[in-house]
Parts: sequence; structure tokens; C-alpha cells
Amino acid sequence: MLKDITLGQYFPGNTIAHRLDPRTKLLLVIVYIVGLFNTADFIGYAFVIAITGLCMYLAKINPKTAFKGLKPLVIVIVLTALLNIFYTKGTPIIEGWIITWEGLKKALFMSVRIVLLIVGTFMLTYTTSPMALTDGLERLLRPLKKIKIPVHEMSMMMSMALRFIPTLIEETDKIMSAQKARGADFESGSIMRRAKALLPILVPLFISAFRRADELAIAMESRCYHGGDGRTRLKQLKYEKADFEAMLAGAVFLAAVFVMKHFGL
Amino acid sequence: MNGIIEIKDLHYIYPGDETESLKGVSLTIEKGSFVAVLGHNGSGKSTLAKHLNAILLPTSGSVLVDGMDTSDETKTLDIRRKVGMVFQNPDNQIVANVVEDDVAFAPENLGAPSEEIRRRVDAALKQVDMYEFRLHAPHLLSGGQKQRVAIAGVIAMDPEVVVLDEPTAMLDPKGRSEVIKTVTELCRTRGITVVLITHHMSECIGADRLIVMSDGSIVADGTPQEVFSQVELMRSEGLGVPATTELLYELNKSGHRLPLTALTVEECADEIAKEFGNVRN
Repeated sequence: MLKDITLGQYFPGNTIAHRLDPRTKLLLVIVYIVGLFNTADFIGYAFVIAITGLCMYLAKINPKTAFKGLKPLVIVIVLTALLNIFYTKGTPIIEGWIITWEGLKKALFMSVRIVLLIVGTFMLTYTTSPMALTDGLERLLRPLKKIKIPVHEMSMMMSMALRFIPTLIEETDKIMSAQKARGADFESGSIMRRAKALLPILVPLFISAFRRADELAIAMESRCYHGGDGRTRLKQLKYEKADFEAMLAGAVFLAAVFVMKHFGL
Repeated sequence: MNGIIEIKDLHYIYPGDETESLKGVSLTIEKGSFVAVLGHNGSGKSTLAKHLNAILLPTSGSVLVDGMDTSDETKTLDIRRKVGMVFQNPDNQIVANVVEDDVAFAPENLGAPSEEIRRRVDAALKQVDMYEFRLHAPHLLSGGQKQRVAIAGVIAMDPEVVVLDEPTAMLDPKGRSEVIKTVTELCRTRGITVVLITHHMSECIGADRLIVMSDGSIVADGTPQEVFSQVELMRSEGLGVPATTELLYELNKSGHRLPLTALTVEECADEIAKEFGNVRN
């Protein structure tokens, strides 16, 4: 049951979006978000939506899959929309009503913005394996090392965490079965009761995780791990022609958004 | 004598412990040999193993790896490059979520260029017969396969010695024989010195040398034939001997004179046939 969770939801594939360097994709997502937050009118949003659609087509993402990712956030979107509807001052739709035209417009834009934000980041995790993502992040943030930010250590921690997710999930399943065999009940009772029932799972899980961490550290040291200095990689990240083209497209996108914002098109 | 590892009067006390876990162990391990270390839980065999690549440092005495003292911190990396270590739990020593990325971990740490890493990874995976699994996720492999990946991860480092600390303890019989076969091949075909820590007697039979540890000291040291012939000693250590030796020993008790050195089933059968053939004549 726990095995069904796919973190970050990476779907292996061989589209142009999959083949791009993770650094390019990270940069493009940042460009996308900046563009999104600088859009303020109908034409602008139409443009961003069109671009998003194009990207999804290039990455061969089924819109259905993308909307599934939105489900957990429906409440946030609805709440944002409602608050904007009721708390924006302006011309009321009907004299005496609290709802204003401005509020409606703002609510619509806000909801669309959140949806696009999620879809945009979803495209990144959909086309990039978690390992490639941490690798890309490490390379992008490398300059921060100069100001003593432990970039390599952070990315190593992230990739170790990702590596151990399936192992720990398996372990959780085992512990749950063991507790159930001894009569533990996880499925009935109030929320408080169920939360309390989880305690006998968490304690052994934490203890074993610490033991694992200890053994892993020794095993890593035995294989000559001594931090990020002088470390090379099997798969070197390399910008290809497509990466430059994608970045150029990103720049054009950003320029277009700013032109629309300032000149009203 | 060509000793790749020389241990002199090694004593070790775990921090916070009162009693010594190792009580003066002296040992020379020859280059290219297959050494098995047999002992009970708490006999100090794993503690000894962890001294071989400077994970633990001697409380007193010394450990020399190819002439380098493990207590010299500037040499730690060179020592670890020479002495690879495989541990009991395969899950806790695999660092990446793709097999080939995991095998690449050690050469990456050593700063090898990318093409060199590729070459080493492929060679190591072929050596342990896991090449076709190179793009798999480790957590979907069987225990024996995982442990072979871990061995590949160590030999990709190009070590001279591979120390295996109870590599089969968590495996089923099939996985166990896979691992032992891989390890034996490593020693015989590539000339890598192998130190196998175990508590399974059957895994020691193929070794060149068998060392029995008990309570922090070495109690027997010799070829497996020599060691297992000391049936009383092995029994008093609670370890017992392989079934073949046991059979010959019991037969000898009832007046036969069979050599206790026949360890494999075939040898044992031959000896018995000879003896009883004589009786019939």
C-alpha cells in the first residue's frame, strides 16, 4: 500500500524535455515562475497558458496526469479564490453587494496562477529523475560554496534521503505487519487514537534509521568518501545544443512577458 | 614472507567498555591468499576486520597495510583504497538508486576521470556477473544480488585486499553460495587477497587458511584441514566441524584410522571407501 507513493512523480521517457540537462530545466522553471508572477492581464495569462500547453506537448505529458497532481491543492485554490472575491474593494457587481468585478478578476487570476505554478513545477519532476535533479542543483549552486554554504553536503544528504525512501517504506510495512500480528489496530477510532497507534511504528523506525545511518557512514568511508573535494562523476552533466536553444526560448518568453506587462500590448 | 597486512600484538577496547575486545592478536596475511576468519558473535572477528582499513584504530599494537600504519591519519585514504570492505547488510552500504551509479561511487570519490570510471564500473559488474542489471534499482534486487553489487562497488576501487564482514549473514542459501562463489573467483582469477569473516563453517572449506577466533584471541590458525582436524578444540569453542570431519571423527572413535583432513564430500567418501575396502579384504 505504501509502495504506491511515487515521490516527485518521475516518469522515465525519451522526449526532448527528458533529455535536457537538469540545470537547464531548473533554470527554465525559475524563468517560468518569474514570468508567471509578472503577468497581470488576460492576454498575458493566455500567452503563459499557451506556452505551458506547448511544453506539456513537448514532454508528452497527459493533461489528466497533470490535473491529478492538482487534487491535493484544490482546497488551497478554492480558499484563495474565495478570499479574493470577498476582500477586494472596487465596483460591486450589483449595488450593495460585497462582491466586486475587481474581486472576481483577481480571484480568477490568482487561481490560474496557482494552477500554472503547480503544473510548471510538475513538468520538472515529471521529466527529471530525482538523482539528476540533486546533481543539477549541486552544480547550479556550486558558486555558493565560496560563501561557505555546504552545497555538496546538502545535495549528498538529499540523494541519500531519496535512496533510502524505498528501503524505509519497506521497513515501515514490515513493522506495521509485526504490530498488527500482535493486535495493533491502525484503522479504527478517532483521529487522535489513530495517531497514537502510529507511535509504536515510529519508534522502531527511527531507531533502525539511525542504525542504518551509522552503518552507511562507515560503508561510505570504506569506499574512500571524503567529502566533495576532488570528487568526479560517472555521468558528467553537459550542456548540449538543445539546452542552449531551450534557454534562448526561456529568455524570449521572459522578454515577451515583460513587454506585455509594460506596454500593455 | 610477503605480507600485505601485518598485525602486531593488537589490543582494542571499545570506548566505554572495560574489557578488551581484542587481546593481543598477531597475524600476517599473505598477498593473494584467501583467509577465512571463523568465530562466534562477540569473538572479536568483526572488530578485527574493522582494523584492516582503519575504521577502528588499535588501542595498542599496530596494523600495517602494505607497510603503512593505519594509525597514521595522512595514510587513511591510501589504506582504504587498498583494502575494500563489504558489510553484512547490503541495504546499508548501497548509496545510489541505480546499480551502476552505486558501483561508480568509490572511483568517483577517488577522482578518476569519467571514462575511467565507466571502464571500471563495467569491468566490476561483469566480474560479479551483474552487468545486465546495471540500470536496475538496487532495492528491487535479491539479497545475493545486492551483496554482489556491493562487492562490485568495492572492486571498482581496484583494491589489493577485500575484507568481507559476514557478507552472507542476511542471505538465503542461494544468495550465500552466489556470494561465496564470487568471492572465491575474485581471489583465484584476479589475485585479490580475500579476508572472509564468517560463522558458517561450510564457507571456510575453500580457503587457503582458516583462523579461528574466540574471546578476542586467535585459538587456531592453519589450513582448513589442519584446523578442522582439531575436533575437540573446535567443539570446546562451540563451533563444531563440518559434517564430513564429524563423520570421520566418529568412525575413528570406533577404532578406524581415517584422516580427518578430507573436507569435501567426495574426498570423505573416497577415504571411507578405502578404509572399508581394506576391512573387507
